[in-house]
Order: sequence, then C-alpha cells, then structure tokens
Amino acid sequence: MDILPILSTLRRHKVTATLIVLEIALTCAIVCNAVFLINQRLHRMDMQSGVAMHELVQVQVSTIGSQPDARARTQEDLAALRQVPGVQAATLVSQVPFTNSSWNSSIELAPTQTQPTLNATLYFGEDVPQVFGSRLVVGRYFGADEYVDFEVASNNPKAIPQSSLIVIITRALAERLWPGENPLGKTIYLGDSTPLRVVGVVASLIRPSLFGGDNTAQWSMILPLRMAVGQGASYVLRTAPANRRRVIYAAVAALKKLDPKRVVTQQRTLDDVRAEFFQGDRAMTGLLVGVIVALLLVTGLGIVGLASFWVSQRRRTIGVRRALGATRADILHYFQTENFLLATMGIAIGMALAYGINLFLMLHYELPRMPWLYFPVGAIALWLIGQLAVLGPALRASNVPPVVATRSV
Amino acid sequence: MLAYYFDLALRSLRRNPVLTGLMVLAIALGIGASMTTLTVLHVLSGDPLPRRSAHIYYPQIDPRDMNGYQPGGEPADQVTWIDGMNLLHAHRADRQALMTGGSVPIQPTQANLDPFYADARYTTTDFFPMFGVPFEYGTAWTTSDDENRARVAVISRTLNDKLFGGKDSLGKTINVNDADLRIVGVLDAWRPDPHFYDLYQGTYGENEDVFVPLSTSRDLRLAHNGSTDCWGKGAPSQDKLEQAPCTWLQFWVQLDTPAQAAAYKQFLVHYSQEQKTLGRFQRPPNVRLRDVMQWLGFKKVVPGDVRLQAWLAFGFLLVCLVNTVGLMLAKFLRRSGEIGVRRALGAARRAVFEQLLVEAGLVGLAGGIGGLLLAQLGLWLVRRQPADYAKLAHLDPLMLLITFALAIGASLLAGLLPAWRACHVAPALQLKGN
Repeated sequence: MDILPILSTLRRHKVTATLIVLEIALTCAIVCNAVFLINQRLHRMDMQSGVAMHELVQVQVSTIGSQPDARARTQEDLAALRQVPGVQAATLVSQVPFTNSSWNSSIELAPTQTQPTLNATLYFGEDVPQVFGSRLVVGRYFGADEYVDFEVASNNPKAIPQSSLIVIITRALAERLWPGENPLGKTIYLGDSTPLRVVGVVASLIRPSLFGGDNTAQWSMILPLRMAVGQGASYVLRTAPANRRRVIYAAVAALKKLDPKRVVTQQRTLDDVRAEFFQGDRAMTGLLVGVIVALLLVTGLGIVGLASFWVSQRRRTIGVRRALGATRADILHYFQTENFLLATMGIAIGMALAYGINLFLMLHYELPRMPWLYFPVGAIALWLIGQLAVLGPALRASNVPPVVATRSV
Repeated sequence: MLAYYFDLALRSLRRNPVLTGLMVLAIALGIGASMTTLTVLHVLSGDPLPRRSAHIYYPQIDPRDMNGYQPGGEPADQVTWIDGMNLLHAHRADRQALMTGGSVPIQPTQANLDPFYADARYTTTDFFPMFGVPFEYGTAWTTSDDENRARVAVISRTLNDKLFGGKDSLGKTINVNDADLRIVGVLDAWRPDPHFYDLYQGTYGENEDVFVPLSTSRDLRLAHNGSTDCWGKGAPSQDKLEQAPCTWLQFWVQLDTPAQAAAYKQFLVHYSQEQKTLGRFQRPPNVRLRDVMQWLGFKKVVPGDVRLQAWLAFGFLLVCLVNTVGLMLAKFLRRSGEIGVRRALGAARRAVFEQLLVEAGLVGLAGGIGGLLLAQLGLWLVRRQPADYAKLAHLDPLMLLITFALAIGASLLAGLLPAWRACHVAPALQLKGN
C-alpha cells in the first residue's frame, strides 16, 4: 500500500487529523500510566507479611475498670485459649500486622549517635515469631527464661537483666543496618540508649503500620517482653485455615466465661485485617480499570464518528477510484492504513506525554520511574482500538459502488 | 433570534442522532467522572468550622531533646502534659483547650444493652464554646469542674438516643469504666469534617460520644488513644504520662485578631526560651501557630489517592473534549452546503457562528444532565466504598451548579474551533459544488 497519497489527503484535512492524533496521544499517555499504577497497586497488595496469614486470628478483649492482676489473668486466658479445640498456638502480642497501630522506636548503632539511624517497629509478646510463623533464618528464638514482664520493663528499665537485653530482627533490617555482615551478636541502641544484642534473624515480619513508607515495611524487631492484657495487646491464635471461624467463636466464648464483664473489641481473621488494610488500593485498582475501559471506549467511538464523516465526505472520490479499477480490498486497506498512520503518530506523541505524566506523578506521589515495558502496552491497545473502530466505516467505504462517480451529487 | 437558533439547533441535532448521541455521551462521561472526583475532593478539603476556622489556631512548640535535632525542622505535633497545662493556665488566648482522645467502656443500666466501647474526648471546658459545639440539652462543664476533677460528662446526641431514647438526660448518670459520671450536657448533631482537632482518631471518622474533663479522665485512668511520641528515657506507661517526656495532647487556642495571633506566637517563643533557661527544653525555640486550614494542609489530610483520581478524571475529560471537538467539526463541516446557502442569502458570519455555538451549548446542556446522572451514580459507588470518608460524598448545590457550568463551558469551548471553521466556509464554492 502506497502511503504517499494517504499523507497528501491527510494534509488537506489537517484539523481533523490533528484532533484524532491528539486524542490518541492523550489516551495512550493516560492508559500507559494507568496500567503502570494498577500494576503498582497489585504489587503492593501482594506485599509480603512474613506471617502465616491464613492460619491466624486476632481476639482482643478489654476489661471494664481496672484489671487487678493482669498477669495472672493473662496466663489464665492463654491456658483456656490453648484448650480451645483446633488452636495450635496462642499468645498475647502487643500488636498485629496490618492493624495500623504500632510501637516504634528509633535505632542507633552507637550510644553516642545524635541522629537516629532509622525508625523500626517493636513487637512484644511470648513466642511471637513461633506463633506468627515467621521463619528463623539464623540464630535462635528467645528461651523461656529470657522473658521479662512488659510492666516491669517499662516502669524500671534498669531492672531488666543483661541476659534479656536481646532482640530478634528481620533480614531486611539486618541488611539495612549491617549490609553483607553477620548480624548475630551485633548491638543496636534504642532511642533511650538501651543496648540490645541480636540473637536471631527472621526472614520477614511486616510492620503493623506503614507510616514510614512501603520500603520500610520490613523494619521490625521482636523483644523478649511478656505482655499482660491491656495496653492495646491482642490474643493471636494459630489454627488450620478451615477452623478459623469456629476457633474465633470458641475463643470468645472461653474468654467471656472466665470474666463475663469483659468487652470483646476485636475478633477477626488476619486475612480480614489484611483485606481492610488494602481496601484503598483495591478500590483504586477498580477505578483505574474503569477509566481505561471508558477512555478506550470514548476514543474508539470518536474514531468511528470521524471515520464515518470522512467516508461520507469522500464518497465521490471513492467512487472514482473504484471506477478506475481499485478493488474493494484496496479501499478497505486505504482507510485501515490511514488509521494506522494516525494511530502511530498519536502513539509517538503519547509516549512522550506518558513519560511527562510519569515525571509529574514521581514528583507528587512518590511513584517510581515507569519501566519502558509499559510503553508498548498503550501502543498496542491503541493500534487495536483504532483498527477495530475504523473497520466499520472502512467496510462501508469499500461498499461504495463505482457508479457514484457518474452521479453529480 | 435565540429561540430561532435554538429551534435550528434542535432540528440539526435530530438529523444525526448517532453523532449527537456520541457527543452527548462523551461530554456526559467526562463531566460525570470529573464531578464525582471533584465532589469527593471538595468534601474532603472542606472547612470543618465555617466562619470560625480562621480564628482557631494550633500552637506547636519543641520540647524534645537534642537527639535527632535538625535545625529548621518542624516542632513536635502535640504537646506534653506539663507544657499543655502551662499554656492552658497562662490564659494568653481568648479561649484555650487541652485535649486528647480515648476509648472508654460504657455499662448501660438497661438490662437489654451489653457493655460497649465508645470513643471519648478528654478535654477542658473551652472546647465547646471555642469550636462552637451545639447543645441539645444543658451546657459544657465549668472551669471548677476541670479543677476539681468533677465526675461529669457531656454525651453526644447519638449516645443519648441509644441510652436514654433521646430524652433530656441531664442529671442522670452514665457508667464509664466503672465510675458514675453525671451528665451535664447533651450535644446536638455535630460532626466537623475533617476531624481536625485530633487527626490521630481517623481523619474523617465519627465524632466522639463521650466528653469528660481531662483531669477527671486522668483520675479515672481512662485509656488514652492516639499517638504518643516519647524521647530520652521515656517510659510510656499509661499511668505516668503526666511526668513522661512524651507528647500526647492537642492544644488549641482561639485568637480573634491577627495582632493577637502575632502576640501569641511571641508568647510561645518566650515560653520556649524560658523553659530552655529552666533546663526543661534543650532545643532552641521553634514554634508554629497554624490556623485550622493551614494545619489541615500541613498534615495533608486529603488522601493522595483522591487527588490522583481528580487528575485522572480531568485527563479523561480532556480526551472527551478533544473527541467532541472532532465530532462537532465533522458535524458542522458536513453542513457546509447549508451554511453556504445561508451565507449567500445574506446571513452574517457572526450569525452563523452564534447559531453553531447555540448548537454546541445545547449538546453541553444535554451532556451536563447526563453527567449529573453519572456523577450521582459515581458518588453512590463512592459511598459504597469502605473508606471512612465515603459517607460524606454528596453533591451539594454549589457542585450542582459547577457541573452545569463545566458541561456547558466545556462544550462551548469544544464548539469554538468547529464553528469558526464552519462560518469561514466560502459560500460561492459550496454553491458551485452543489
């Protein structure tokens, strides 16, 4: 197919051609970025938690009035919870992943440091990594004799024995603090200069709240502090995925039986907590998909409209060409090629625009640079939409009979 | 003349129902999407205290130690108990209130209601007049109640409905964390959005149901919720927060004139200097005095996603407009012959131009109506979202007006170029062609 005649025709319809090119360019740019955003969100929703997500449930109870012997109450509760059929492990933990509520501390690598190295989450509770199912990479878990009561530790930090000033950290945190080194035996200092010796490293354990940005999501530590009810702590139970609902129900009943005056403030599976945490991302993904569909639809319909106008405007010319020996296929290909040329021009401009929009988003929304892989996505989508949209009008054009050439109007 | 143009436009639009339909659909989709996101943005960035917000300020000082100090950094977001009390008792503003949030267990006396948790605010008496909180029954507690840790409470209308069937409950008691508090006031409907005075309790969340004097809340050991930021040897045990080097309270003041605000800022600097001399503060004085809207802007309360959605919708509207320009051009140029005849019969270029613009405006009007329906559908979808701001997404009269202005404005804009091109059609050429 010779494209020179097409180009010379287009030059005579500059305004309309420009409009089509512009529309394709804008659509292409937005679609590229929207697909990139969708992928970012999907990736975020796939974030690693480091815990046995489908096997955990959270039950949080609060006592009305003061709790006289919180420690004994907790031990009694845990004993009852471990008796619940289906419960494989149970503990009281200071916070639960994806609940947006967390204990955090700044960390230093030397006690004399004036600027903290970073801010990380502190998990407290007995056997937290074991119950959560956080895999140990090197080192060890805490021994039963190493735990100290949270109340004792927070009221009088000096009372903590040397042997309990230890910590388990995530692999990501270890890599960030001592890149390429063996973290075992190294010491970190909390904001108040409390030294903690690293005794174990877990593969992954997400922070409950991502206020520091997603790239700090894995900066977690576990301390050998035994929690007592109150202070926002929750019971976390591990069970087979199929038993979760039943276990929640039975656990709440068991806790209520021990003290009917209590109020259950949370009872849910960790999968539910996670789903709630990412609900915004899910909604945004749906919206972006909607926008892409609507954009392609509008652009497609626009091309149909303009192509139809062109075809009706050029009926005479088409008739003359047919009379001079052009086949139906020739006419069809003419309009298809014309659309392909316009789409290509639009896509070329759209790529530049897409890059510009990405720069803008990087500046205002902390998005990474768009990998070049996304550019062909928009291109292919628009070529396809263009060809699909022009097919109808082009077929109509190819059906113009040669006899039209002989009519005056 | 306008009526005649109107008639002509209607006839012309009816002649190509498909093309007309495409244009109306494009505008309706673009307007619908834009208005949905714009309404959400408008609602979320609204003023929580209309007419008052400019006089309500959030003083910030920096009581932290030198660890992590960076010159030019922001001061602490909240205040410590000691500073909050000092500033409160200094009475340098027209009104001032110290506060924090919490969650309290309530044991209803009614047998049919189980104990439940309610959001609570622990504050001082000026909270109510300063923020213009309306009362259905009773009033705020008094300054002496604040001083004497009085066992009193103000409850929300919702809680009054739940516990007392909406009847006047003044003088009755409510059991909060095992203590009986006398109800001195019942609020009327009040829900400032965003929840500006304490953004740690959910930016667009429901309001608190129970209001208790701050001193009483400490006496009753009511649990404090929200952010607690400690430094040094901070041991954030709930019972010892008064002495701890931790910021966990919000302090708000009312200053009626700019001069007073300037003077108050000076006072904050002097206070910081004085505390540094006393050895309590270590950092050089670093104060801020933002009013409500500045504070909300600084805390970036409007979710980034909502802004992103608005950008996206306007990008979409732009595509729809370019699309409409193209279609209108096709439509107007197709009538070149008719325009040529009209021009040859003596119609001025201006008259043709006006007539074509009326046609464009009509498309815009139809698109606006379609857009409005789509926006209502879009907002209905937004309201079904689980986000805490979702319920607020409603079209108000202002946004309704903007919808039509935007739709007609956009379609007139889209009609300008096509109409201009069409009215420059050379009459002789068209007549010859026919």
